[in-house]
Amino acid sequence: MFYIRVTVRDALNQAMDEELERDERVFLLGEEVAQYDGAYKVSRGLWKKYGDKRIIDTPITEMGFAGIAVGAAMAGLRPICEFMTFNFSMQAIDQVINSAAKTYYMSAGRQSVPIVFRGPNGASAGVAAQHSQCFAAWYGHCPGLKVVSPWSAEDARGLLKSAIRDDNPVVFLENELMYGVPFEMSEESQSKDFLIPIGKAKIERQGNHITVVSHSRMVSLCLDAAAVLAKEGIECEVINMRTIRPLDAEAIETSVMKTNHLITVEGGWPQFGVGGEILARIMEGPAFNYLDAPAVRVTGVDIPMPYAKILEDNSVPQIKDIIFSVKKTLNA
Amino acid sequence: SLSENAKCDVHKLEEGPPLQAVLTREEGLQYYRTMQTMRRMELKSDQLYKQKIIRGFCHLYDGQEACAVGIEAGINLTDHLITAYRAHGYTLTRGGTVREIMAELTGRRGGIAKGKGGSMHMYTKHFYGGNGIVGAQVPLGAGVALACKYLGKNELCVCLYGDGAANQGQIFETYNMASLWKLPCIFICENNKYGMGTSVERAAASTDYFKRGDFIPGLRVDGMDVLCVREATKFAAEHCRSGKGPILMELQTYRYHGHSMSDPGISYRTREEIQEVRSKSDPISMLKDRMLSNNMASVEELKEIDVEVRKEIEDAAQFATTDPEPPLDDLCNHIFYNDPPMEVRGTNPWTKLKSVS
Repeated sequence: MFYIRVTVRDALNQAMDEELERDERVFLLGEEVAQYDGAYKVSRGLWKKYGDKRIIDTPITEMGFAGIAVGAAMAGLRPICEFMTFNFSMQAIDQVINSAAKTYYMSAGRQSVPIVFRGPNGASAGVAAQHSQCFAAWYGHCPGLKVVSPWSAEDARGLLKSAIRDDNPVVFLENELMYGVPFEMSEESQSKDFLIPIGKAKIERQGNHITVVSHSRMVSLCLDAAAVLAKEGIECEVINMRTIRPLDAEAIETSVMKTNHLITVEGGWPQFGVGGEILARIMEGPAFNYLDAPAVRVTGVDIPMPYAKILEDNSVPQIKDIIFSVKKTLNA
Repeated sequence: SLSENAKCDVHKLEEGPPLQAVLTREEGLQYYRTMQTMRRMELKSDQLYKQKIIRGFCHLYDGQEACAVGIEAGINLTDHLITAYRAHGYTLTRGGTVREIMAELTGRRGGIAKGKGGSMHMYTKHFYGGNGIVGAQVPLGAGVALACKYLGKNELCVCLYGDGAANQGQIFETYNMASLWKLPCIFICENNKYGMGTSVERAAASTDYFKRGDFIPGLRVDGMDVLCVREATKFAAEHCRSGKGPILMELQTYRYHGHSMSDPGISYRTREEIQEVRSKSDPISMLKDRMLSNNMASVEELKEIDVEVRKEIEDAAQFATTDPEPPLDDLCNHIFYNDPPMEVRGTNPWTKLKSVS
């Protein structure tokens, strides 16, 4: 068995490098992506290799450059539009939703928009309220978009390649705190055509007692919580959603029909969120009759993100919150 | 025939388009026919709207025909064009038929967007709509121009917006990037003096729209004269194709209808003003007079075109009112391109609908 350790950042970098090489129509634009090597160094080395035509530094004008990216996609190119963080995508959200997501439908299939919007999403460390919002629920709400949320390096690599090759608008939600985290990657995953299908969740840990569904960085915490719980004889089945939209409800239902218990774990706010959608689907589907307890959500606290470390730490789910919620649900 | 064009005001340009232009008989007849078709199509749409056969938004273009026709005469069909919501005229010049345009307005399956888009969302080859969000089409157009430059096919993009949109921030963001990256983009402001019900003086600190691109060269053009528009467009296209980057044209024009069919158009302007433009500056009348006085066509010939156009519009209206609405199976189609069929939730959990690409 051959494994190498690759950070999420490097996995994203390699995925973009390979896709830029594979298809001349692919290009990257965004703030600091070229000469700065990327605000978070995700595009390191790409400008040196591909030059000004393929790696484009933009002025700080999100609405303008997102619109330009969408127009380029309409006219035959395959842009990767980076938002330095998804907080700034709010300036451009009209272009993402009204110009990108809806166009194939409005044109009755005449005009497709093969674009990827990517960048860090959700809480970071100490960056406070305006720089810490999770947009999974906002983008996940809209038909015409695919919304992806990778966790591991393998997710990052396989899902970004799929997103770039997808002929539709894909919102690719990364996480800044995960960029530096190394993961073991198999030899198979190093292939240039290694793709992870959009819309399929992955069971990261099998278990019989309770289903724990999560996405992005929170998957790490769920696995850590599961390890602690295992010592007490509680076996969690941890599902990594990988994709927000289309949501792999079937994977979650199959698991719940086995474990009879469900919690969801996310970094974003509770109201009208990812967990809310999962719970609604479980209510409406075949798995409801298998629940032995109400399904619940573990989420970020319903407040703007504070700055002070003690406050920030208590604004997002911690491992102890997941353990607590599992035990409450199991009535243990 | 040779015609004298009004001199264009220029901004950051040594000279403007030529003061003289040659109009051949074929060209004249073609411009006349297209403008008349456009005019009649819009007036028929007005009728159908009042009969409630067209619903929702309907922004009519009558009065502005010389802009769409003149622009198309100055570029090629292989070039690209994008505009805002007053788009029926451009859908026609960019290759759409009156039938499929009108059937889209009436929401039928034979519509150019199969009834899924409506008035503001019509597309053809190298024509990117039809856009409902004021100003959003401008960055899109620059993106199309970026693709033109990237792919190296010597094509350009004409990117239109109105006097109302001209104050949008994203347009200035686009001017900046188009200029920095020397994108082959002709920005065109169709100044019809009113953004919805707000006159230009009440909306813009500077109404010199051709100068608002600042570092981008600009020209102000009589948008009621199809030849002026054509020559200015040719001039602008040459500028772009020679690699000089973007250029901006302001077309001074006028719409006879209100902003949309829900606006009578007389609360913020006078009937006298509208009548004055109709009698002194109507683009179709001006071309007709020019052709007749230069013996390029006879009165009978032009009348015959009118009759043919009327028939084409009648046939199209007939189609648009009798063609069936889209089938319900089409409801969820066209969400994603090149994807396997998928399920879409209906209005309740037991309703699962099918979606194909």
